Formats: sequence, C-alpha cells, structure tokens
Amino acid sequence: MNIQINNARLIDPASHSERQQNLFIAQGRIAALGQGPAGFKPDRVLEASGLAVSPGLVDLSARLREPGFEYKATLESEMQAAVAGGVTSLVCPPDTDPPLDEPGLVEMLKFRARSLDRARVYPLGALTQGLEGERLTEMAELHDAGCVAFGQPGVTISDNQVLMRSLEYATTFGFAVWLRAQDATLSRGGVAHDGEVATRLGLAGIPVCAETVALSSILILARETGARIHLCRLSSAEAVEMVREARRRGLAVTSDVGVHHVHLSDLDIGYFDPNCKLIPPLRSRRDKDALRAGLADGTIDAICSDHTPVDDDGKQVPFAQAESGATGLELLLPLTLKWAQQAHLPLPAALARVTTEPLRVLGLPPQRIAVGEVADLCVFDPATWWRVERGALHSQGKNTPMLGMELQGRVRYTLVGGRIVFDAPVDRQS
Amino acid sequence: MPPGASASLWHPEAVSTLNPSLQISPEGKLLHLLTTEGLPAATLLQILDTARSFVSVTEREIKKVPLLRGKAIFNLFFEPSTRTRTTFEIAAKRLSADVVNLNIATSSQTKGETLLDTVANLTAMHADMFIVRHSESGAAHLIARNVGPDIHVINAGDGRHAHPTQALLDMFTIRHYKGGFNDLRVAIVGDVLHSRVARSEIHALTTLGVPEVRVIGPRTLLPRHVQNLGVHVFHDMEAGLKDVDVVMMLRLQQERMSGALLPSAGEFFKSYGLTPAKLARAKPDAIVMHPGPMNRGVEIDSAVADGGQSVILPQVTFGIAVRMAVMGILVGN
Repeated sequence: MNIQINNARLIDPASHSERQQNLFIAQGRIAALGQGPAGFKPDRVLEASGLAVSPGLVDLSARLREPGFEYKATLESEMQAAVAGGVTSLVCPPDTDPPLDEPGLVEMLKFRARSLDRARVYPLGALTQGLEGERLTEMAELHDAGCVAFGQPGVTISDNQVLMRSLEYATTFGFAVWLRAQDATLSRGGVAHDGEVATRLGLAGIPVCAETVALSSILILARETGARIHLCRLSSAEAVEMVREARRRGLAVTSDVGVHHVHLSDLDIGYFDPNCKLIPPLRSRRDKDALRAGLADGTIDAICSDHTPVDDDGKQVPFAQAESGATGLELLLPLTLKWAQQAHLPLPAALARVTTEPLRVLGLPPQRIAVGEVADLCVFDPATWWRVERGALHSQGKNTPMLGMELQGRVRYTLVGGRIVFDAPVDRQS
Repeated sequence: MPPGASASLWHPEAVSTLNPSLQISPEGKLLHLLTTEGLPAATLLQILDTARSFVSVTEREIKKVPLLRGKAIFNLFFEPSTRTRTTFEIAAKRLSADVVNLNIATSSQTKGETLLDTVANLTAMHADMFIVRHSESGAAHLIARNVGPDIHVINAGDGRHAHPTQALLDMFTIRHYKGGFNDLRVAIVGDVLHSRVARSEIHALTTLGVPEVRVIGPRTLLPRHVQNLGVHVFHDMEAGLKDVDVVMMLRLQQERMSGALLPSAGEFFKSYGLTPAKLARAKPDAIVMHPGPMNRGVEIDSAVADGGQSVILPQVTFGIAVRMAVMGILVGN
C-alpha cells in the first residue's frame, strides 16, 4: 500500500534532527522524503499538519498476559493498546504462566502476535527454568525460537553461583542477560519504599539497599564473566550512581527506567492508592530526580512502560495485598513528552530514549526517518490534551496512577511495516 | 500531584480519592474517623470536650442517651479483639444504637469474599456506621472510599497504620491528669515500628501542641524515618525518660523474637521494660499509660502497672466516653 504523509514535522532521533517534510511510503519502507518518487500514486494520504512523525516507539517491557493470565487482559486488547500508544515493537517479559522457558511457548506467542498483525513482539526468554533461579534454560533453542535476550524479572537469583554460571553460559552464545536488581531477603515482606511515607502509612518497607546490594553482585559478576547485561527498572539514586561509576570504569552495561518512576515518587501513594504499588517501588523525590538526571546524561539508556495490566479485583484491596504494576503502553509517549518538556530537551533527544536507544539495547539497528528504512512510524499530535480515563484506554488494565490526569500527546496513526495498524479517527468511531 | 482517582465500584458519588483527606468534608466536618493525622486541633478538642460530657453518662444509674436510636452500627472486626470491640459495643449501646458484631474470621471472608463485597452486602442491610479493624494498613481508607455518602467509618485499627480512637482516649487521659498539653514531655516506649497506636499518638500529640514527643526503643523496632514525624529518638531508656511527664508503654508481640528483630523478651525487658527504677527518672508525678493488653514482665513491671502512677484502668473507662463522642459527632454531621 502506498501512503503519503503530508505536512508533518519529521522527528529523527538517530540524526538528532527534525524537519518539516512530506513522507512517502511504498512496499513497507520509506520511499522518499520531501518529493514523491516518480509515478508515486498514494492509496492513502494522511493530512498531518500540526502532527509529528517519529519512528515507532520501542517498549522494552510490556506484559501481554498471555500465556496464562488471559483473565487480566488478552493479547488482542494489549496489542491494540500498544499501537494506540504508538508502540511498534515491544519486549514481552518471561513471567507468563507458564514462564517463557520452552521454545514451544515462545513460538506460540510469536505466532499469535504475528497473526494479530499489530506491533512486533520480541519475547524475553527465561534465564532459568520456571524462573526459579536454579537450572539453566535451553537458551540456544529459545534464541532460535525468537527470544532476543534472557532475563529474570523478579528478584535477583539468590544463588550467586547459579547467577554467575547463567551469565557465563549466555556469553558463550553472545546472548544478553536482563536482570532487575532486587535482593530477595532485604525486600522480603516489603510493599513500599522504606521511607517517610511508608513510616507514616504503616507499610512494610523495601530499603534502597535491597537494590544496591543485588546491583553490586550483578556488576561484579558482569565484570568477571564479560556478560552483556541490561539492568531493568532502576529505582534509586544510589543505583544510578553505581551504574554511572561502572560505565566510567569501562563496563558495557545498559539500563532502563519505568516511565512511571520518571514522574512519581512515594508521595504519590497518598492515602494508600494501590495504583501506585509498583515493582520496583516508587521511591523518594530525591531518587526520582536522580533517575531523571540519569536519563538526561545517558547513564540510563531507555524509558519503558513496564506495562502490567491488573484488573480491578487485584487493586481494590488493602495496599499490601494489591497486585503490583501499572498499565502503561498508552502512556509511554505522553509521559515521555512531559519529561522532555520539563527537562527542556529537544524532542529528537527525548524520543531517542523510547526509539533508537531501546533498539541499541536490543542489539538492533536504529530506525531512522530516512529513505530505505522500514516504515515503523508513530504519527502523533504533540499538543493535544486528553484525559486519562478508563474509557480512553484500550488496555484491559485501567490501573494507572495517572487516572484523572490530563496529558499532552495523542497518537493519530501507527504504522508497522508501512501498514496502518492504528487509525485514531476510525478507532474513536467504533 | 493528587492520588489517582480510581473509579469507585460501589458508589460513583462517593468522595473521590482526589480529596486527600477522605475523613473531612470540604466544610470541615468529620465524615469518618480514619486517622489522627491531618485532623485539626479544633476537631481533636471537640471530640475530647464531647467525651467529657459523656463521662457523666457512664457514671449515672441509667447509662443511656438516645442520640443514636434507630442507627445500625456494624462492628467489622477482621482481626480478633475482645477489648476494643467490647468498648465500641458498650459505647454504641449507651447511645441507644443497634449493634451487630461481625467476627469476620469465621464468616464470608474465609469463603473468599473480597473486603469490598463484604462491605457492600452489609450496606445492603442498611448499616449506618462501620467500625473496622483489619490486619492491613489502609483497610479503613479502602472501605471509606467505597461506601455511600451517609455511611460513616471508624477505624478501630488497621495494620500498623492508625488507631485513632486509642490516641483520642489517651489524649483525654492526659488532659484529665495534666490539665493540658502545652508544657509536657511525652515518651512512647517500645515497638513503634509495628504500632498503629504509636503513629496515631504521635500525630495527635504534635497537633495538640505537646512540645516534646520522644520515642524510645532499639533501632530494630523504630521506623527508619520516625524523626520526620516530629519526635526525638532515644535508644537509652534512662536518658529518654528523664523529666518526662507521660510514659506511654507499647505492647511487645511475641512474633518480634523471630525475624531477627529482638533476641528475647528478657533482654527487651532489661533495656526497655518499665520498672520502678526506670520510672524514677521521670517526673515524680508522671503518669504511666498502656493501650493494653499488657505483657507483664516484658514491657512493664507489675509493680508499675499496679502502682500509684498507673492510669491504665482509667484509660479503659475514658475509652467508652471517647468512642461515644466520636460516634455522636459523626452521626451528627
């Protein structure tokens, strides 16, 4: 299908630039910029004056709830949420039920995702069988089935020998390992950041050292084994500083932060708002400021949504019993734009954190707004305000701390491989 | 940024969570009693003054006033309690209310019904007030957020978070024996980390203008950021009790010995148990308080518990009047 996008502001994070130009798509790729190719006849013209076009967002963590948790959400609804949020590629964590530790499960997930024809899904394989932290998974087989890397989204493997050996095994094949730094015993029983808010509210705390103690082990073992490590969801100022220091000393480690942690602190829990119960926990304002500084100076490579749909039953209980997580695919873009505005960052630099940088973490080439590139694009209105309400979200997870807030930045069209997979005006009518 | 407003499942017109103080109406009236935190001094004093008028009721022959006649008060105790539930029941009956006691541990909760489903079912039975005790912090707020506009919720203790009526009866007790709050040094001793009573006391004491509130305990039993609540921290009990006017002892639960918080009750008593010798460090007319039930020989020596400075039993009596006052004020609003 030939598509022409007129009068948009083209934002290209890869070249740190933006320009006003028409864009022409043919056979799934960007065919031309500015002037159409000779004889180009568009099947569809998108009038995009006032709109921006960027590469499609790449979300390093979005839970699709399949297999296993279909009652919380389905692949259909979450993939629709992804493209409604301008996300054209996403990484699905292995903590499904059963976990993604068998090639058959991975193949099934990829098949299902492909047949839905929305965003591209990159499964993250389980590092250990059952995610239990004891036995290695068949990483080579899982890689062949489509896993981009291997990880443990829950607490850090407590057996350091197993952790070290899993890193060594992964390095054999050049696979990256994604780890979240959380010591199992120091975080035991905790439900919120161990700070003033938890003290006031009488909530069991998860101290910062639960992150830094585990992080210290991970960084040392990364150096020992030469493994390519990606650190998922940093949460504290101390952790950011440890990563900064490790990179200064030459360790090739990448990291990301959840988009809610860029904007919120434990103060937002207010009087026990269960939508603010996240993993890792929302920490203090000082920690939030350090995460933002880490994003600005490149210590933190990417922002992800960490999309985790939770149904009402999972949240409408006392805080300590509530399921953790927030829905986020449809908020990744507006919250990144909000951060850009507050940090006075030009859009290409800010959007790099959700486009080119995540691709670099994945070891994939950046997507550029350039002739010949695959047309995975997000066409959005950066200025329009919209209210975050249950009815405005496509995800079955309505669990976001942002409910009731007004945000700027709304996706109009999303294209994957040159095909329009999300069309806002049509979507609103249905 | 205000807390997120999740849609209420049961009553769309219920007070939105965007109102950070769920318990006070925009006009300043008390709608629920969930925590002493954030309650203005005037409200605290109103409760204490109302309680004073009810003390005389409890001293009469016929101990009833018709204030809550026809009202249905449900005691929703998800955590077992004889003492608190009984005082609420007595208080409600003295106000001529109909009281229903629900011992949730044996009822629908164990059949897997959610907290909110239980509340919704009871609301359908025309409850006017819920008195809630639950093992999880925030349970009373969750219920208050999800009941209709004319239903009042009193928090009888939620996890480690708050026990406002206990704090209020303790304030009443202090005012009764000390006349006021302006010149006092108050020490709270023991397991502050796990204590909803301690948190509620601290908020009430600081709001009422007590110039020095101290917490005394081992590091493992004091919350890391407790000083941000406006208290002075002591690990040495002798130093902490020096010249104190009010000593509030907290109960130490047996579970604290597991989980590496304390080695033994014996060692705790040695360092933090209130003995006559330690009490002598406080002012000679200092009063000794305890929310009960006491662990004799663990946090408090019998000689002190039964001694002349102890006001532990009057606390219980005042508790009835204070709870009558809270219920009366809520229904009146």
